[in-house]
Amino acid sequence: MSAVAKVYRWEVAKLLAQKRTYLGLGSAMLVPLVFVIVLVLQTGGPNDVPLGRYIRDTGLAVPFVVLFFMSIWGFPLITALVAGDIVAAESHNATLKTILTRSRERGEVFAGKVLASFSYTLVVVVAMGIVGLVAGSIAWGFHPLTSLSGTKVSAAHGLGLLAASLGIYVLPLVGIAAFGLLLSTITRNSAASVVGTLMWALLMQLLGVLPGTEAIRPYLLGTQFEAWHGFLRVPADWTPVIRALWVCALYIALPIVVAYLVFLRRDVAAE
Amino acid sequence: MSEAPPVATRGLVKRYGEILAVDHVDLTVERGDVFGYLGPNGAGKTTSLRMMLGLIRPTEGSVQLFGRDPLRDGARALDGVAGFVEGPRFYPYLSGRRNLRLLADYDDGDSRSRIGEVLELVELTDRAKDKVGGYSHGMRQRLGIAAALLRSPRLLLLDEPTTGLDPAGMRDMRDLVRRLAGDGLTVLLSSHLLGEVEELCNRVAIIQKGRVVYQGALRELLAGAASGYRLRTPEPDRARAVCLAQAGVEKVTSADGEVRFQADEDSVGALSIALGQARIAVTALVPETASLEELFLDLTEGEAPQQEAVA
Repeated sequence: MSAVAKVYRWEVAKLLAQKRTYLGLGSAMLVPLVFVIVLVLQTGGPNDVPLGRYIRDTGLAVPFVVLFFMSIWGFPLITALVAGDIVAAESHNATLKTILTRSRERGEVFAGKVLASFSYTLVVVVAMGIVGLVAGSIAWGFHPLTSLSGTKVSAAHGLGLLAASLGIYVLPLVGIAAFGLLLSTITRNSAASVVGTLMWALLMQLLGVLPGTEAIRPYLLGTQFEAWHGFLRVPADWTPVIRALWVCALYIALPIVVAYLVFLRRDVAAE
Repeated sequence: MSEAPPVATRGLVKRYGEILAVDHVDLTVERGDVFGYLGPNGAGKTTSLRMMLGLIRPTEGSVQLFGRDPLRDGARALDGVAGFVEGPRFYPYLSGRRNLRLLADYDDGDSRSRIGEVLELVELTDRAKDKVGGYSHGMRQRLGIAAALLRSPRLLLLDEPTTGLDPAGMRDMRDLVRRLAGDGLTVLLSSHLLGEVEELCNRVAIIQKGRVVYQGALRELLAGAASGYRLRTPEPDRARAVCLAQAGVEKVTSADGEVRFQADEDSVGALSIALGQARIAVTALVPETASLEELFLDLTEGEAPQQEAVA
């Protein structure tokens, strides 16, 4: 096993040993469950959001609808909880000096942390998708899905579209995680990093709805949460998907490079 | 490379804004040394150790561990080196054993296979399954030693390892350090506890306000200051006169029926013959050895110039 893989494995093990991990993961799984239960008990529905009006047609629609609601602050908060803490907690516990006086290079330690926090982001999104799909299918069955173009796609094809949509949806969240890692590395304070990351994610969304921001809107991180709409069109619209790929790559790479350089050179003194 | 000393710092400086925490420190720890790094709190001991372990970057100067510079060679410079600064810290939500497993995976080599052995050595086998969050301070210190020994080090850097321990814990920790040193490990031990250094170390450096004010063999430091003698005799006035007339005997005073003076060993020998020839009875002739504590206070509270002794 490579050095980074060993660090990554232990970063995951550390996450699994902490309550905040389950708080975020549990929330991501609870939201679609509560959502389905409420809709089963009530007659109205989220008709104004994409696929909202078809939510009782098939369980496949549930994860898509929840994606919309969770993008505002749910997923950013869950992501920030881990990414904002993953370096700062080492400062708080003064354990950086413990792991940085072994045989692993700083870059390897940092890479393990980055991979672990990105993995967590992926896991919470997939967990929401699975719970939403299963709960929705139990409530309303696993039927063909009506696309955003109004045409029906088979349930099996819809499942593929869901997987692709979750995949592209993870990218802006990873961008938020990258920013959280940067704050976590610079501030060395978990609370400040978590709150700062959430504020940044909300600011990105706020900029997107302010008048006069139309020119920059396609390049804001918040906008990329809608890139999956491209998959749900018939035929598929690749423009938002491709834009999300490179825009998110920038939002991920820039903070990670800066955080890496800071982590490499930082003094590990009394915190 | 294999001949390089375990620790060699040259012109080591760490500055925090206006504060000079470490001021041009040159330290050399030789193989097999149990080296005491002594200084009052805030003198710069921990900052020096952090630079040695590559945790902080020196403002100036260099550190070499077995010829490797942590700044240039990264983690490779810590091959064969282990220890802790400001008390060992672990993940409180993991058990002692899992903490060691984690650290073993952060090591190259066969650290993993040594976990049981080192837990046994520090007598933590029974508590290894408990979360470190529930450990006492002494247990964490011992787990720190266990974590260091996992690496099969040739050099152990320990920052005040007995601080905060109760008397029994201090004794056990010192026994452990003595045992490890007996096994051939080179140990650099920072401390502000003079008794501890006197008990364990063969060489010392004394640091004050970031500067090394003495470095050399502990024996020589103590011997160099042990120049005072106390002479007890039924005839102190006559004895005082003989002392005053004897070459090499200085600072002669008398009080309470005793004569005190300073002299080297040869002069004291000559004096004893002179006293015999003068038929002056001597009931006691005792060297007055300065304690390390007195020397330490002299060096750290006075304006002592830097001394170097070649061990």
